Amino acid sequence: MAIRAAISDRCSKLSSSSLGARSLSSWWGNVEPAPKDPILGVTEAFLADPSPDKVNVGVGAYRDNSGKPVVLECVREAERRIAGSFNMEYLPMGGSVKMIEESLKLAYGENSDLIKNKRIAAIQALSGTGACRIFADFQKRFCPDSQIYIPVPTWSNHHNIWRDAHVPQKTYHYYHPESKGLDFAAMMDDIKNAPKGSFFLLHACAHNPTGVDPTEEQWREISHQFKVMGHFAFFDMAYQGFASGNPEKDAMAIRIFLEDGHPIGCAQSYAKNMGLYGQRVGCLSIVCEDEKQAVAVKSQLQQLARPMYSNPPVHGALVVSTILGDPNLKNQWLGEVKGMADRIIGMRTALRENLEKLGSPLSWEHITNQIGMFCYSGMTPEQVDRLTKEYHIYMTRNGRISMAGVTTGNVSYLANAIHEVTKSA
Amino acid sequence: MASTMFSLAFATPSASFSLQHNLKSKLKLGTSSQRAFSGKDFVKAKSNGRTAMTVAVNVSQFEGITMAPPDPILGVSEAFKADTNELKLNLGVGAYRTEDLQPYVLNVVKKAENLMLERGENKEYLPIEGLSAFNKVTSELLFGADNPVLQQQRVATIQGLSGTGSLRIAAALIERYFPGSKVLISSPTWGNHKNIFNDARVPWSEYQYYDPRTVGLDFAGMIDDIKAAPEGSFILLHGCAHNPTGIDPTPEQWEKIADLIQEKNHIPFFDVAYQGFASGSLDQDASSVRLFAARGMELLVAQSYSKNLGLYGERIGAINVLCSSADAATRVKSQLKRLARPMYSNPPIHGARIVANVIGIPELFSEWKKEMEMMAGRIKSVRQKLYDSLSVKDKSGKDWSFILKQIGMFSFTGLSKAQSESITNKWHVYMTKDGRISLAGLSSAKCEYLADAIIDTYYNAS
Repeated sequence: MAIRAAISDRCSKLSSSSLGARSLSSWWGNVEPAPKDPILGVTEAFLADPSPDKVNVGVGAYRDNSGKPVVLECVREAERRIAGSFNMEYLPMGGSVKMIEESLKLAYGENSDLIKNKRIAAIQALSGTGACRIFADFQKRFCPDSQIYIPVPTWSNHHNIWRDAHVPQKTYHYYHPESKGLDFAAMMDDIKNAPKGSFFLLHACAHNPTGVDPTEEQWREISHQFKVMGHFAFFDMAYQGFASGNPEKDAMAIRIFLEDGHPIGCAQSYAKNMGLYGQRVGCLSIVCEDEKQAVAVKSQLQQLARPMYSNPPVHGALVVSTILGDPNLKNQWLGEVKGMADRIIGMRTALRENLEKLGSPLSWEHITNQIGMFCYSGMTPEQVDRLTKEYHIYMTRNGRISMAGVTTGNVSYLANAIHEVTKSA
Repeated sequence: MASTMFSLAFATPSASFSLQHNLKSKLKLGTSSQRAFSGKDFVKAKSNGRTAMTVAVNVSQFEGITMAPPDPILGVSEAFKADTNELKLNLGVGAYRTEDLQPYVLNVVKKAENLMLERGENKEYLPIEGLSAFNKVTSELLFGADNPVLQQQRVATIQGLSGTGSLRIAAALIERYFPGSKVLISSPTWGNHKNIFNDARVPWSEYQYYDPRTVGLDFAGMIDDIKAAPEGSFILLHGCAHNPTGIDPTPEQWEKIADLIQEKNHIPFFDVAYQGFASGSLDQDASSVRLFAARGMELLVAQSYSKNLGLYGERIGAINVLCSSADAATRVKSQLKRLARPMYSNPPIHGARIVANVIGIPELFSEWKKEMEMMAGRIKSVRQKLYDSLSVKDKSGKDWSFILKQIGMFSFTGLSKAQSESITNKWHVYMTKDGRISLAGLSSAKCEYLADAIIDTYYNAS
């Protein structure tokens, strides 16, 4: 094998040199530079740009109308209460019990029977990424012959996650470029044509990167077809509260599946809806047949976490449980989440109106039809490159605009730039 | 489309849907808000005597999953918590306790947190490689701020999820770039090392380390096994305060180990989880790593701040790869990031900020060094007290001085698995089954009790 040959080659070179004098040869000669992460690489490039006009609509991190990161007031208050009053001992491997309890209520409903009957195996996870990764590893370990069906397009890291977990991937139709909406017919075909009992990754709300969500009726059909086919539904819910402004409403797809009796899996993240990005707080849950199975499944999830990071970080979990466990703070949070969602909805309207006022020949309805942090603009990679080079506007090359980065201050600049690069399309 | 759905529903053998269900589907398609049937109806629905699909839907894909065994280390604390006996003593997990057996948040940590609170910093995502201020100070703490390897930019450092996470990323790097290469781990070693390499699919084997006859290092055995390993193996070494034995090589032995590793073209892989906790001096505890670095060797080092800064639950550590060139370090760093991204995207910010402040602010750093000496000092004095109690109570003349020779948080008592279980059942002393006790969990007030328990168990339990 090439690498073995390289090693023995290097070994023979090294053994001929004297001890301590082998500073020129390296073990790492065959390590290529990794490609830049398509999403996080955008921010790096943005930070390096000296232009005063630069706009970052790349990564999905919320910004206020001045383009500044936001720490929610409820979070600041929670931190004041936490500071100095707790030690930093290891959490149990499964994470903060309180945080998990509150997370399940959010996702499954306050009065969920599944919660009452202790049928949900759940662990605290390293935000959405960590929840997906542990699930992917779990799927590999206990359903080793299974594959994962991933929508086209999806958040790029989904592919990395299931790949590194060694779970083969298939795709299903999702985005319809012509209408810039959902390709429902093709999606349903793919669901029906997949082998029975396949695993599907679904975005619970505010699909990333398209912002295109199924309607309620469409979700019901999807759920029905999943029953027919015996498919497993794994929901990635990274934007609960952020899509419509109402967490209950944003959990609708999950509630439909639960009503229909599906034993789902769910990844939750507090990165966006609580602004806890860097704290890495989330939750992975799997619905089981009964309490006994839930205990067994949870123990196996912990078994996967232990050799990855032993136990999850405590700080963010404390913030979440403090907020969700206190009715006043929770209400404050709900108000702040709605505020963020409303600002984004307002910017969608503004961007669309600006483009229409500029006399763009294209339709920009999709900007306000789509939901959540992202807008799939329909721009080509070449058009995106022009936006970056000529206008210092940073976004991912798939044409995804993070609406959270749009402000009243930059919306007309942005609209103008988009118009310029697309008007002759 | 509706008709396609229905015909398929009838065609599929395992799906049996009653007419009610089809009706429901029609209603679903028609209106947005009507819900004619609730989920409960499906549990009752049957057709043609076949079990309804709904029952099949409630059967889990994960039917055959059995209960995982309790973690041998973290499971001990869980068992301890459940014990109601007031004499109980938790010598399981290596978490530092004060003389009152309380967890300890270092003063410098509280000060750093207050600073952070005042500054009101945001909580944005860190880059995949973590907080750059943290990465800078952690590599300086390890190699020494003046070390030429740092000036030459030959170290690839990324923030990791404490020691475990850093080891896991390194293991993933080994699996990807050295497929088939083995890691040699000491016998015994920290319980989670094997899990990490197993889950990362890196083959491993053991090198002799602990000699039960001397309750010390089996140096000859260690050398033999490292020599016998295929060229280009990774040798996992504990930088200081070996876990679980507390037995470290002497400086002369480190030199010989380095000689052999160079001769065999192996790669040294250090796990440094106790810098500062072994001798009380941060610099002295890094001397093994620095010795290897000074020879121009390439190496990997996983660091943890769980114990020395008491940041256990914050999950803060780092993986460092010292390469022979700055170019190699740049490439390696990019690949470390590529492994981290599908694991957790970017690391947690809170602990990183604390460490960056504690090490980066001179007054806090000085204060930390003193607190470190205090913690290590308490452990040394507890070792002495335990040794004294054992020597007085044990009339057989057995030499318990290995307790004084061992270093760091742990002591390897020499108790067997059965004896470790017995001491728990009879004396409510919680420890890991390999005979390891965490002195960090022992108070001087409890030394006599523990001495009684150990002597009774050692001589009377099978």
